[in-house]
Amino acid sequence: MTITQTQSSVNDSVGIVQPDYFTFAEDEPFCLESGATLGPVTIAYETYGRLNAEHSNAILICHALSGSAHAAGYHGTDDRKAGWWDECLGPGKAFDTDRFFVICSNVIGGCYGSTGPASINPATGVAYGLSFPVVTIGDMVRAQRKLIDHLGIDQLLCVAGGSMGGMQVLEWAAHHADRVKAVMPLATTAHHSPMLIAFSEVGRQAIYADPNWNNGDYYSKGKRPDAGLAVARMVGHITYLSDASMHQKFGRRLQQLERYGYEFNTEFEIESYLKYNSNNFTRRFDANSYLYITKAMDYFDLAQPTGALAASFAAAEAVKFLVVSFTSDWLYPSYHSKELVTALMVAGADVTYLDIQSTWGHDAFLLEVETMTRLLGSFLDRLVREEGVARPEKEIRRQGDRETRRQGDKENGSIDPALLERLRSAAEVMA
Amino acid sequence: MSQATVAKSQSRKVQSPELQSPKSVLPARVATPHSPLPTSYSLRPDLAVIAELIPAGAKVLDLGCGDGELIHYLVNTKQVKGRGIELSEQGVLACVRRGLSVRQGNLNEGLADYPEHSFDYVVLSQTLPFLSDAKKILLEMLRVGQRAVVSFPNWGYWRCRLELLMSGRVPQAPGLPQPWYEAPRWQAFTITDFAHFCQQINVSICQEVYLAHGRRIQVRKIKNLLATTAVFALEKTA
Repeated sequence: MTITQTQSSVNDSVGIVQPDYFTFAEDEPFCLESGATLGPVTIAYETYGRLNAEHSNAILICHALSGSAHAAGYHGTDDRKAGWWDECLGPGKAFDTDRFFVICSNVIGGCYGSTGPASINPATGVAYGLSFPVVTIGDMVRAQRKLIDHLGIDQLLCVAGGSMGGMQVLEWAAHHADRVKAVMPLATTAHHSPMLIAFSEVGRQAIYADPNWNNGDYYSKGKRPDAGLAVARMVGHITYLSDASMHQKFGRRLQQLERYGYEFNTEFEIESYLKYNSNNFTRRFDANSYLYITKAMDYFDLAQPTGALAASFAAAEAVKFLVVSFTSDWLYPSYHSKELVTALMVAGADVTYLDIQSTWGHDAFLLEVETMTRLLGSFLDRLVREEGVARPEKEIRRQGDRETRRQGDKENGSIDPALLERLRSAAEVMA
Repeated sequence: MSQATVAKSQSRKVQSPELQSPKSVLPARVATPHSPLPTSYSLRPDLAVIAELIPAGAKVLDLGCGDGELIHYLVNTKQVKGRGIELSEQGVLACVRRGLSVRQGNLNEGLADYPEHSFDYVVLSQTLPFLSDAKKILLEMLRVGQRAVVSFPNWGYWRCRLELLMSGRVPQAPGLPQPWYEAPRWQAFTITDFAHFCQQINVSICQEVYLAHGRRIQVRKIKNLLATTAVFALEKTA
C-alpha cells in the first residue's frame, strides 16, 4: 500500500506501488456458488490515493480476463511497463488519486497473487491444479467484498471495470447494491453469449490439446503447456481487435520481407504480432487460470434465476449506472449493453449510456483514453457533488513530489506512448 | 428514424427553425468540454415556454436533449427528476458533464425502454418535422408520459405563404439550411395541420403557446398566419 513518487514516474503516475495481500477463510472455508469450499483464500491487491476521513471516496477497479491487481504505477524504478489502466488512473486522471482511494484486486482463480489453481493447497502441500474448485464471477465479487470489509469501507463510491471486469461490476450492482453508490460497466455483458462461450471453448481446447498440460498437473514437471496457452491467447486476441483496426494497424504488410516466401514461416505483420504477444503471454499467465477464468465468464448470466434481467436489478434502484459500449466491439457488441440499459430502465435505475464511436474493437475501452477520461471524469465529478465526497487529507510531501514529477515530464518531452505501444500494452492486459 | 434524430441534433446545434428570421441566431447547444457550468440561463425561447409548462418536481424525459440545456435548467430551477435521450456522442458527453443521466440512442429504441407512464412529461422540441413516423413517436410519448410537450416551426406563417406564392419555391427556415433534396429531410406542416392530426389520433391539446421570432404572441384566430413556432402540451383524449 506504500505509494511513493519518484523521478522515474512521469505523466502524473501514481509512482512506485507494491501489492498487498489479504487472507481470509482460514478457520471457516469460503463457500462457493458451486457448493464447493475453499480456504484459506488470499487476495492480492493494490491501492492508490488515500481514504478520506468518512471512508466515502473509495473506488474499486475490476480487471479483465488476463489482468492483475496492478492497475497503475510501476513496481520498481527499472519497471518499464505501467499498470494496465495507468492512462485513466493517477493524479488528475479520470480516476483522480488526489481525490479518490482506488483499489484493484486480483480475482480468485487468477495467477497474480490471489489464490488460484497454481497456489499450493495447504491440505496436500502441492499446487491445486484441477483440484481447485470452479469459481464464478459471483464468487470473485464476494471475495472482493471480504477485502472491502477488511479495508473498513462500508460503501464504495463506485465500482468500475471493462469486459470481465464489467461483469464483476454488474454483479456488485445486482447482488451487493447496498455496498455501492455507482457503477461503471464498460464494454461488457450481463450474460455471456453463445458466441463468447464458443471462443472460450476454443481457447480451452487448445490448452487441453497440449501434451504438457497433463490434466492440469504440470507445475512440478518443468514443462508448461505454453503452446496451447499461446493458441488460446491468439484466438482471444483476435476477438479484442476489429476488422478496421487490423487493416489500419497491419494491413497485408509483410514482416521484414519484400515478397512472399512461399513457405510457412511467419510472413505477415499480423502473424508476427499475434505470435509475439501470445509468447509474451505464456511467460506471465498460467494455463489453468485461463481455464478457470474463462469458465467463470461462461457461467455468468445475471438474468438467472428468474430469466428476467430487470428482476435481477430490482435492488439496484438507488445505484447510478454509467454503461459504455463501443461501436466496433464485436465481442461484446453494443446490443448487449442496450439490453442491459433496457433492463435497468425497467428496474427504475438511474442510467447513463453511451455507445462510443471507435474502430478499436473490444480493446477500445483501454484505448479511447480521451473520451473515456471526459466521460468517466464527468460522471465521477457528479458523484462527488451529489454525494458530498470530501477530499482525503493531503500527504505532506505531496507538493514537492508533484513538482519533481512535472520536471520529469518536461525533461522527457512528449510522454504519450506511440499508438502501437498502447495497442501492445492494452493487448497484454486484455480481455 | 436514425436519419430523423440526426436531423434533430443538428437542428438544435444550428438553430430553431425560426422562419424567415435571419436575426434569431441561437447560441450553439453543445457546450465546450470542461467549460464551467453556466450559472445564469437564457434558454432558447421555445424551451423557456416548455419549462414554464412543466410543474415543479415533475418527472421529465427530454427526447433529443442535445447538451441537456432544458433538463439542466429544470433540475436546477424546478427540482424536476430529469432524464434525456440523445443521439450524438458530443451531446451525451456534454450532458454527463452537466451531471445529467442521459441514454444515447434514437427515439424509437430510447422510448421503447420505458414502462408505461414512467414520466409525467415527455418533451420533444423542434424535432417533429424530421420524424419519419411522427404518429408512432407521438403515441409512444403519450404511452411513456402522462403528457407530451412539443414545439415545432409553423410553415403556415404568412411570409412562408408569401414566399411560395411570389417565388414559386418551397419556403425554407433559416435554421434548416438543407435544400429539400438533401438529408436530413424535413416535412413542412402548419399549426392547422398539426391540430387536425391530433384530432385524428385522439390526442387533445391541453395548453398552447405561440411565438413569433422568439416572442410570445396572444392570438386566437390567426395564429397559423402569425406564429413562427408553436408549443403544445398534449394528452390522450379520455
